[in-house]
Amino acid sequence: MAKRFNIRMAGVGGQGVVTGSHILSTAVINAGGESTIVPFYGSEKRMAPVESYVRVSDEPIYEIGEITFPHIIIIFHPQVITHGKSYTMPFYFGLKEDGIALINNDGPMNLHKDQARELEERRAKLYYFPATKLSLEVAGMDLATNMALMGCIGAITGLTTMAALDQAVKDRFLGKGFVVSGGTAALDSVVERKFKKKQELIDKNVAVIRAGWNYAVDHGWAAPSVKKVEAPAAAAV
Amino acid sequence: MSEAEVKNSPATSVAAPKAEAKKDPHAEAKKQRVVTPEYMFHEAPRTKEFITGSEAAKEAIRRSNVDLAIAYPITPQSETMQLVGVLYGEGYVKEYYRGEEEVGVMAAIAGGSRSGVRCYTATAGPGTLRGLEGIASWPGHRLPAVAMFTCRVVNAPLAIQPDNIEVAYLLNCGMIVFHAENQQDMFDFTMAGFIISEKNDVTLPVGVCCDGFFVTHARGYVRMQERGIKLPPREAYHGAVPVLDAENPPARLSRDAPVQKSNFMAYNIHAVWQQEVWAAVERSRKYINQYMGGLLTAENVDGAEAVIIASGSACAQSREAVRICAEKGIKIGLIKVRSLRPFPTKELRELCKNAKLIVVPEFNIVGWLAKEVATAIYGYSKAKIIGGPRVYGGQSMPVELIVDEVESGLTGKKSTNVAMSQVMGGTVNQDDVAHFMRSI
Repeated sequence: MAKRFNIRMAGVGGQGVVTGSHILSTAVINAGGESTIVPFYGSEKRMAPVESYVRVSDEPIYEIGEITFPHIIIIFHPQVITHGKSYTMPFYFGLKEDGIALINNDGPMNLHKDQARELEERRAKLYYFPATKLSLEVAGMDLATNMALMGCIGAITGLTTMAALDQAVKDRFLGKGFVVSGGTAALDSVVERKFKKKQELIDKNVAVIRAGWNYAVDHGWAAPSVKKVEAPAAAAV
Repeated sequence: MSEAEVKNSPATSVAAPKAEAKKDPHAEAKKQRVVTPEYMFHEAPRTKEFITGSEAAKEAIRRSNVDLAIAYPITPQSETMQLVGVLYGEGYVKEYYRGEEEVGVMAAIAGGSRSGVRCYTATAGPGTLRGLEGIASWPGHRLPAVAMFTCRVVNAPLAIQPDNIEVAYLLNCGMIVFHAENQQDMFDFTMAGFIISEKNDVTLPVGVCCDGFFVTHARGYVRMQERGIKLPPREAYHGAVPVLDAENPPARLSRDAPVQKSNFMAYNIHAVWQQEVWAAVERSRKYINQYMGGLLTAENVDGAEAVIIASGSACAQSREAVRICAEKGIKIGLIKVRSLRPFPTKELRELCKNAKLIVVPEFNIVGWLAKEVATAIYGYSKAKIIGGPRVYGGQSMPVELIVDEVESGLTGKKSTNVAMSQVMGGTVNQDDVAHFMRSI
């Protein structure tokens, strides 16, 4: 049977939701799998809702368009849930039975009782993952939140490898084959100035991805074949 | 070159060649050599690239020896004709310009084709309907040409999103109409279209439709022949219809047009003329079989519990529905209709003779394909036909909707997602049939 995950990512502008989905998609293809992405956003601005849809599989993908019934949803920012900053309401709309909700938060959230009940009815697995905290700890900045989430989801799906994720990050920041919007390009230059050297930037991002990957393994979320990876000690600056 | 090498090669054929000082920009185009259609379609080695539907159309035009391309921008087709403009700059297309609007473009394509050159244009949605007067006149004038339709919403309120309702209008023009599922089809159907269009016993325009954005703006794998070969040029002086001679215009013909007189002979001439246009559509079948490998493709139809019949992007979605059904232990066949005009009537009658359930998913509200299928197999199959799911106005088609229709058809449970699952068949009750007839 094909390993197939349709993933809906919801976050807010500036978090790198689309960049993250590109990295995951490229990493799965680098590892010999198949993947397609469909980004979906209104006006590009900070803190405005952004969604991106990623399909990953070990077999050809023919399907097109947005993902209405995902196997996995990734919530990049708690405000997606608490403020309704999402094109899809409630945030778990369409989640398949036994699906996974990976939520960036430092601990379990107090969901409305109706939402909690509906999630329970469809046997959703709620994974609360402190991605921003991890990004701050490992890279000294919150901008690698998306990397933490991609490392985590990479381990959960088991369709890519750490080496392929490393390569995808390098592709992203060394500008091979990526098309970025004006807003994202501007953000890139800010990030680059902050890090002086691109290599340092890549190293930090990779460190956060590795931390996210290992977090998933440690918490028993990862696919059975996935093992812990060596985590470089990238101290916070 | 292995597929992996192709995948990782930074240089794609889509990228414009690096301009060097004083280098002839047409140098590469001039080196192209003509090959037979048989070699081009069946024998020439191909390599795989990962490109958009618009880029696939561009690469098809590069290899099609096109004389004249006329552009008028409309989303989602604008990029395609812009890329064809790049080909003009590189010398692969002999003449290229931007028309005033679609009425002018379609009229100019008629003029170009009548003067004996190979013509290409593309439009979409409201542009198709604006140009439809001209388009509908092409078959009667017996004008070979290829037009691409990157379908989008045409209805008010205004939207630029995918919806293939415009195909319903094209089906009754007397032209040949193909429906591309993906980027590979865009490439193959466009090239085959020129050759089929110009066959003397066809001499008709070909429309290559696809679902806008899903195909035009998304990337897919396309296997292509090398850039250094092209199809033979149009040989209009060997054509079935005389080439317009601009120095000796056929003044008498236009002065004495018999069809303008209101009498029996005039009506009869026009009626016979229309019959001949549609007879030519019929005669194109053998060329579609020869160059495209058939009007449809069928997979796993024998012994299937249900058969999905689809065209265009709905077919891509159906492939995933087949996979999900297989995981649930339901065996589903898939028939992809490539040619809508001519329609694969005989093929469907044969394939569906033992089918029990047929599901026809579509990206439009009227269900033109369900009507075509029902009409084609009526009396030849006892299958229950479900005309759905249908999405429109830019909606994506969740694969789960197709699966739900299949399951509802097999178990009798009401489908949860389509208000009107439209049913027709030999043994179903008359209320269902009446409901179907009201709904289609």
